[in-house]
Amino acid sequence: MRLPSLNAVLGATIVGLIVGAGLVAMVWTPYDPLKLDFLARLAPPSAHHLLGTDEFGRDVLSRLMRAATTSVWISILTVCASILAGTALGLVTGYMRGWTDRILMMFNDALLAFPGILLALGLLSVVGANMYGIILALGLAYTPLVTRVVRGAVLSLKEKEFIEASRVLGNSESFTMVRHVLPNCIAPLIVLATSMFGWVLLAESALSFLGLGVPPPAPTWGNMLAESRTYISQAAWLGIFPGLCISLALLGINLLGDALRDRLDPHMRGL
Amino acid sequence: MLRFILTRLGMAIPTLLIVALTVFLLVRLIPGDPASLMLGDMASQSSLAALRAQLGLDRPIPVQFVIWIGQILKGDFGHSIATGQPVLGLVIDRFETSATIVVIGVFLASVVAVPAGLIAAWRQNSAIDLLFVGTATVLLSIPSFWLGLLLLLLFGLKLQWLPVVGYVSFSTSPVMASVYLIMPVATLVLHESGVLVRMARASALEVLRLDYVTHARAKGLSEGAVLRRHVFRNSFGPTWTLIGLVLGNLLAGIAVVETVFTIPGIGRLLVDSIFARDYPVIQGCMLFVAFVYVLINLVVDLFYPLFDPKVAQA
Repeated sequence: MRLPSLNAVLGATIVGLIVGAGLVAMVWTPYDPLKLDFLARLAPPSAHHLLGTDEFGRDVLSRLMRAATTSVWISILTVCASILAGTALGLVTGYMRGWTDRILMMFNDALLAFPGILLALGLLSVVGANMYGIILALGLAYTPLVTRVVRGAVLSLKEKEFIEASRVLGNSESFTMVRHVLPNCIAPLIVLATSMFGWVLLAESALSFLGLGVPPPAPTWGNMLAESRTYISQAAWLGIFPGLCISLALLGINLLGDALRDRLDPHMRGL
Repeated sequence: MLRFILTRLGMAIPTLLIVALTVFLLVRLIPGDPASLMLGDMASQSSLAALRAQLGLDRPIPVQFVIWIGQILKGDFGHSIATGQPVLGLVIDRFETSATIVVIGVFLASVVAVPAGLIAAWRQNSAIDLLFVGTATVLLSIPSFWLGLLLLLLFGLKLQWLPVVGYVSFSTSPVMASVYLIMPVATLVLHESGVLVRMARASALEVLRLDYVTHARAKGLSEGAVLRRHVFRNSFGPTWTLIGLVLGNLLAGIAVVETVFTIPGIGRLLVDSIFARDYPVIQGCMLFVAFVYVLINLVVDLFYPLFDPKVAQA
């Protein structure tokens, strides 16, 4: 067993801290993140409010923690949804072939021809900007990529001897698929899921920043940054801390993703 | 070569058709039809029916799609519900603004990032490699809209070197236009360099391990010549593809940067239309950006043989 790399340790620590903060915020935050306190408007960071307060006197630290809950939750649900849907589609199209495969993949590839965020914006204009709308839009936008990756893995696995052996033993197609093909797709899926977690978190923040995210007053890192623009000349901390949170979360995920790829993808080993 | 171009063009057509179908169906998924959206809640049944007939909404969906595609091909993208302007003119106008920023930004990012990635790979695990890769990973993790906000805070508000918000077109005043463009372009350059450095480095590392590089060195070629002639040429392919993808993705994702610097680009147009439920404009923006995205990837593929000698022979 190799020692975990510096990337892995650093990445896991950062991601652990963010997820931990999100979990803690489900039961406890220093202040109520929605409580207005007009006597403490735009207070700079101090012993009372560690990261200061916003234009309504709401505690920034509490809001950042609650925002972590929202972002992590949206990212996990979105990644799970598109991994499940994409894997099912990828297995079916990769294994069945024929006309169903061709037509499904033609649509899949055409959807890949949209930049992910554009498709998500289009879908959001239909489903509406709220938590489940975002999960649906981003989930649908990223599914075609998962389908492509899984289908590719299935196509190369199908030619392997152990799959043929399973068939020769008299196992049914569906048994072979679930028992032998699927477990061998797990490694690329883990690498993909980690990157996707980062993309979704970034996309969710960007949508919130544009005003198309979880509606206020619920805090998200993106809408906190958007609101900070009005007060940025008086209260720079409002524009700094939420961005720092997004960047740290993405840095942690990227480092973790690099470490996972080094370990799971033999092509990249030693690079 | 001509065969290659024709095959690639042929492959793009079904993709574009399905892209158009998706955009078309997206708007049909919305509860309530375009006619009631255009006329509002107070419209009478007869005026609704008249507009439906005029727009062809009383016909079956496949027929509507064919009519719609026909209009698109003639350059008629419909009219904005909010302002009544023709959609195509509006979209192209805003697109020019965004494209200027994106193209300059990605070009400068490539000019910086590709040599940096090559040098990092050449001196793998040295201090300079660690510095480049570390910086790239950090830059990659900073969302462009926050990077823009930080630049604005530092150079616009604290140091007051650059104008804070706004946009001047090149035709009005080239000098002022450049001044206003510095911060948005710098945001893109910093952010996109991160992605490109890592890709350039990873593909250069794969080539550096190959026998012909050792051979070229053994022949007595200088390191500079080895890097330029052998490593660069054979490793630039994946980075070139990525540059295309980055360009296309930015055209869709530029809305956040445009929001930070209040630039009237296509990203902002799309987002504002989503707020205003101005569906013809939403459709026009999506179709146009997706079309440009496919086109960029097509052009990237067509130029690929110029960079990769292996593809040129095939």
